[in-house]
Amino acid sequence: MPIVAKTSRFSKYGRPTVAWVVGLMFFFPIFWMVLTSFKTDADAVKPEHLIWFTPTLENYLNMTENYDYWRFAKNSVITAVFATAFTLVVGIPCAYAMAFNPSKATKDVLMWMLSTKMLPAAAVLYPMTFLTKSAGLFDTHFLIILVLSLINLPIAIWMLFTYFKEIPKDIIEAGQMDGVSTMGEIKEILIPLAWGGIAATALLVFIFCWNEAYWTVRLTTTDAATLSKLIEGNRAPEGLFFGRLSAVSAAAVGPIVVLGWFCQKQLVQGLTFGAVK
Amino acid sequence: MGRIQLKNVTKSFGDVQVIPPLDLTIEDGEFAVFVGPSGCGKSTLLRMIAGLEDLTSGEIEIDGEVATEVPPAQRGLAMVFQSYALYPHMTVRKNIGFPLRMAKIEQAEIDQRVETAAKSLNLMDYLDRKPADLSGGQRQRVAIGRAIVREPAAFLFDEPLSNLDAALRVGMRLEIGELHERLKTTMIYVTHDQVEAMTMANKIVVLRAGVIEQVGSPLELYHRPQNEFVAGFIGSPKMNFVKGPEAEKHDAATIGIRPEHTDVSMTDGAWKGRVGVAEHLGSDTFIHVHDTGLADMLTVRVTGDISVKHGDTIYLTPQADQIHKFDAQGLRI
Repeated sequence: MPIVAKTSRFSKYGRPTVAWVVGLMFFFPIFWMVLTSFKTDADAVKPEHLIWFTPTLENYLNMTENYDYWRFAKNSVITAVFATAFTLVVGIPCAYAMAFNPSKATKDVLMWMLSTKMLPAAAVLYPMTFLTKSAGLFDTHFLIILVLSLINLPIAIWMLFTYFKEIPKDIIEAGQMDGVSTMGEIKEILIPLAWGGIAATALLVFIFCWNEAYWTVRLTTTDAATLSKLIEGNRAPEGLFFGRLSAVSAAAVGPIVVLGWFCQKQLVQGLTFGAVK
Repeated sequence: MGRIQLKNVTKSFGDVQVIPPLDLTIEDGEFAVFVGPSGCGKSTLLRMIAGLEDLTSGEIEIDGEVATEVPPAQRGLAMVFQSYALYPHMTVRKNIGFPLRMAKIEQAEIDQRVETAAKSLNLMDYLDRKPADLSGGQRQRVAIGRAIVREPAAFLFDEPLSNLDAALRVGMRLEIGELHERLKTTMIYVTHDQVEAMTMANKIVVLRAGVIEQVGSPLELYHRPQNEFVAGFIGSPKMNFVKGPEAEKHDAATIGIRPEHTDVSMTDGAWKGRVGVAEHLGSDTFIHVHDTGLADMLTVRVTGDISVKHGDTIYLTPQADQIHKFDAQGLRI
């Protein structure tokens, strides 16, 4: 008798329910933030105006007029774009070398790189601040790009390494026989073949750069301050300005949510490909 | 030109020596086949010639020049891989033209040379397809095309037919043979299939555990195997080996007799046994004989069809001039 897997009641009703609950749990804070951003600061703290209130654009208008939103946004774009580019420029050759010409130390190097992510950022706060100030790099784009690249390189190299590993070694060797230089091999063979993985890595690094707050808040004041700094600056020591804070936050995460939305297929594919296959 | 010389070449992976010191010369224009069981080091040897694997010690000379430190592309050799190793993101035309583009040859000449190669390999209709849209045989032809456009000093083939089905394999075997006849370029071909070795080579190099057991023409290996290993490896079905008193009669520790060199009778003969499985191929019959008291099983090959049943009593007589004698070390006497 053939064995037929029965569709259990759980997989028919239970699973979608669990998925929806989890999905809503993740979505709720964003929803709440966007909702609050359309309230006045006074309405934002009144329980009776929890759902019913008169929406206002005041917070958003305020933000562009009084807080120079566009300057922060520009800094975020500049630092995230350049840091992502720099991460890939360094990370691709690095992952290529480890994937196709591994040495005895390759595994250890990979582990060591990952271990740097285990170090609490606060542990190096003092040396970092001291170094950047004495080098005269405090609050510069260059510094933020450098720091964002460095903290994202380990994860980028790990991801790229995993994707590159999936390219058959024969193809790389065929390239060597056919007379490709190392750079040529990366350009002509590696990048076209690992394009999906590289795009997913770039996207993820970009998101991480955009969202980074620990260092961008502490190593900038005005010139290189990103949207994270803008949110931080609106944390309102002088009182509770939830409406304003929510608007700033929504405007800061907005672009990245939109980007993620459009690239979700690419992201999911890129993130699961290496893990499953 | 393509004369390849290996001088005292060794290869170790960590503490494990996979190729002990080895010397070998492949003359210009030869079709040399490296054959041996899997893990015998034949692919490693080929990859060392290609430059894809470093030598632990020793030297490789190509046309009299030391090539040990020369990167793969500058050795003037072309390689065809078992997995074809085509560039999946390029069309057939781009794949074949790739080595020429890397050599910075003018586009017009690339186009012309790609077309010439494609014509000779029957690939004209597929030039604008990607490898994924081709059959295994076509992919293999593209890989060969990519090798021939370079006009290399020698071709290296690493088990190129093992991913193809049996019928296609025979066809491609002939095509590669034809190619060698036409180009007269040195070819080094790695396989574990002794039939491929016998049918294609002018020189067979039999390897076991990184050691060359024998080098010779196919018929030399068939008629005068230097030791038991080569005797058992070359020829299909395998040679029968008999030890003990029967071998001592011939002043040998072991005697070997090929299945096709044994006469069969149902009434009388030198050795008596019982028929096990009989394989009827039409042109030949392979009979596996048990209970001879000489070896677990002896195989005989009879031309044409012969009607024997499982359990029949059968008599075998080895042809006296076809008995191979080996000493206790397995070396030919």
